[in-house]
Amino acid sequence: MTETAIEKVKRGLPGRYRAERRFRLMGMGALAVSGLFLLVLFSSIISNGWSAFYQTVIKLNVFIDPVRMDVGNLGSADYQGLIKASLRRDFPQVRSRRDKKRLYAIVSTGAAFQLRDMVMKDPSLIGKSVDLWVPADDDVDMYLKGSYHGKNRYGRLKPVQVMAIKRLKEEGRLRERFNTTFFTAGDSREPELAGIRGAVTGSFYTLLVTLLLSFPVGVAAAVYLEEFATPGRWSDLIEVNINNLAAVPSIVFGLLGLSIFLNFFHLPRSSPLVGGLVLTLMTLPTIIIASRAALKTVPPSIREAALGVGASRMQTVFHHVLPLALPGMLTGTIIGMAQALGETAPLLMIGMVAFVADIPHSITDPSAVLPVQIYLWADSPERAFVEKTSAAIMVLLAFLMAMNGTAVYFRKKFEHKW
Amino acid sequence: MRKMGAVFITFVIMLAWTAWSFAGRRDYISIVGSSTVYPFATVVAETFGKTTHFKTPKVESTGSGGGFKLFCQGADLDTPDITDASRRIKKSEFDMCRRNGVTDIVEVKIGYDGIVVANSVKAPHLRLTRRDLFLALAKQVPDPGGAHRVVPNPYHTWKQVDPSLPNEKIEVLGPPPTSGTRDAFVELAMEGGANTFPWIRSLKKTDKHRYKVICQTIREDGAYIEAGENDNLIVQKLEASPHRLGIFGFSFLDQNCDMIQGSYIDGVEPTFEAIADGSYPISRPLFFYVKKQHVGMVPGIPEYINEFTSEKAWGDDGYLSDRGLIPMPERERKKYRHDAMNLVPMKSL
Repeated sequence: MTETAIEKVKRGLPGRYRAERRFRLMGMGALAVSGLFLLVLFSSIISNGWSAFYQTVIKLNVFIDPVRMDVGNLGSADYQGLIKASLRRDFPQVRSRRDKKRLYAIVSTGAAFQLRDMVMKDPSLIGKSVDLWVPADDDVDMYLKGSYHGKNRYGRLKPVQVMAIKRLKEEGRLRERFNTTFFTAGDSREPELAGIRGAVTGSFYTLLVTLLLSFPVGVAAAVYLEEFATPGRWSDLIEVNINNLAAVPSIVFGLLGLSIFLNFFHLPRSSPLVGGLVLTLMTLPTIIIASRAALKTVPPSIREAALGVGASRMQTVFHHVLPLALPGMLTGTIIGMAQALGETAPLLMIGMVAFVADIPHSITDPSAVLPVQIYLWADSPERAFVEKTSAAIMVLLAFLMAMNGTAVYFRKKFEHKW
Repeated sequence: MRKMGAVFITFVIMLAWTAWSFAGRRDYISIVGSSTVYPFATVVAETFGKTTHFKTPKVESTGSGGGFKLFCQGADLDTPDITDASRRIKKSEFDMCRRNGVTDIVEVKIGYDGIVVANSVKAPHLRLTRRDLFLALAKQVPDPGGAHRVVPNPYHTWKQVDPSLPNEKIEVLGPPPTSGTRDAFVELAMEGGANTFPWIRSLKKTDKHRYKVICQTIREDGAYIEAGENDNLIVQKLEASPHRLGIFGFSFLDQNCDMIQGSYIDGVEPTFEAIADGSYPISRPLFFYVKKQHVGMVPGIPEYINEFTSEKAWGDDGYLSDRGLIPMPERERKKYRHDAMNLVPMKSL
């Protein structure tokens, strides 16, 4: 007896269900694999970087000898000498010149500047003994964090230094504390004194310039192309060119910046001004494309209704269409800014890949940006910069996730369901 | 809408104003140049910024060649004031400077840097000679049969180069062609090794071009791997593959002595003392060049030179030697400090 149609269908059903389940499993598997990659990436960065958020500090008792101080010129007194004297007093058994030098090296060179600031702020301290917690040298910090392995467990530390560290620990004068220096200091060649404040400020100024330039220009271009331009060969050509620009490798914009902004206009090299201009060129296509897409989603009925009640073309666009499209444009802009935050290649050619120790105070001061800071630290030989690089990566990723999260939130909140 | 337009217009005006007001004034020193000298220049810059009232100089790592190109662009204020170099300035660069108006250049030697050939501590500590390095890494080597001609490099293991070396594949991670370190390695190690063949050495007088090609061309068949400028990455790769060797500066060996070890070259281990007294053969001098015409226009240049050439910086116990710079002998230091402090310009090359 031949099968009825319904029996044929029923026979094929299990196969269909199996195929569907296989497909769903493959989809979940793909998701799991990408999640695994993400997990590996984050765990390797976090495991390398979390130790940078705390640092070793040593308590010193320093006698501010009035003999060494010249009250009229407090700034250039020998504070390093006072610290050395304090260490000699604590460890009188260290005799030879070489061992003494090594003893002094367990404390960071920044300690002298810390003491200097203390005395200059309060000159009444001269003649007294003060207690202060100073950062330990990065070799000590790395040893205590277990960064050296194998047969060279002490890294570059010599026996007299290891002995001193053990003694300080027993006396409770060696501690770990939260590394505020990482957030308050600018770049430095001493890892224990290095921070991201200069880079973050530089990024802030650069992104400010980028936002102020690219948002108005991008939105205006999108509005013109979408609402006012007559469709034809010219507007097609412009559209093709904008789409191409969005795909151009970012370093090309750096070369453009070098030849035009630096060589022709003589703008200051390595400044957030030039960096912002270059990044504007880079984010402009992104913003234009996103804004056009946002404008397209506004239904024509809005425009027709506005024209119907007597609004002019300008009034229709600026009072009715643009406010409705604004959330989408903002989303595109935030995403464009997040991309610009992570760019390094175009900034290389305009000189922003430089060691800049001071915090920039204006858009014409030389500065670095956060991804550049990460790149420079990754290149340094000191072992302590490895953890700082990862910590800076964590900060950068946190900013990027916050920005992208804000973009998603805005999009969800202000989305109109037509 | 109107507010946005107003913001935009004020911004454009601000832009134009800063551009014009900027021309002619810079209150920080601008330094470019070698990535090898960069760690030392940055430390001096930071100390200079902290201990004087001048702004901290801005230091860029562009490579020695790139630094000279920027430096010799002209004598305007938008060109760098100082360039660092891991080699002496070439005649072509010196002429370019002259042509573009940079007429007074002060040359300052700051010390020496050793180039080490290192491998992981997990592998045996190698004893190499410059001849071994030449035979292992050159594109063309003397015919193993003994004839006075060159053949494409046939060696694939270290044992083939020298029977006392281990039977491991030749894989060396080294700097790219843009690096001054590579130039120095090629000149000191490879050329030094090639000169152990008398017929090649005599070629130097008769056919200089062919001599250079034989001595300085590195093989491209995969035994020499260009590992970029990031020495930290090279150290990690060496740890992962113990049979590989890496070429980089002494400061990286110093900072990572728990993971890598420097091979003996011609019987000498790369230590601070050996490089300082000249017994370690692969070491080269480091320089920086000052544009005398900018002194007075940009504040702080003589004071920066003073800091760099002071004993507490570049002396035997100075903070630069803590970072891996090998100091010059005292007599040389005195001479260069005197010339630098008095801004004695280079006469010619």
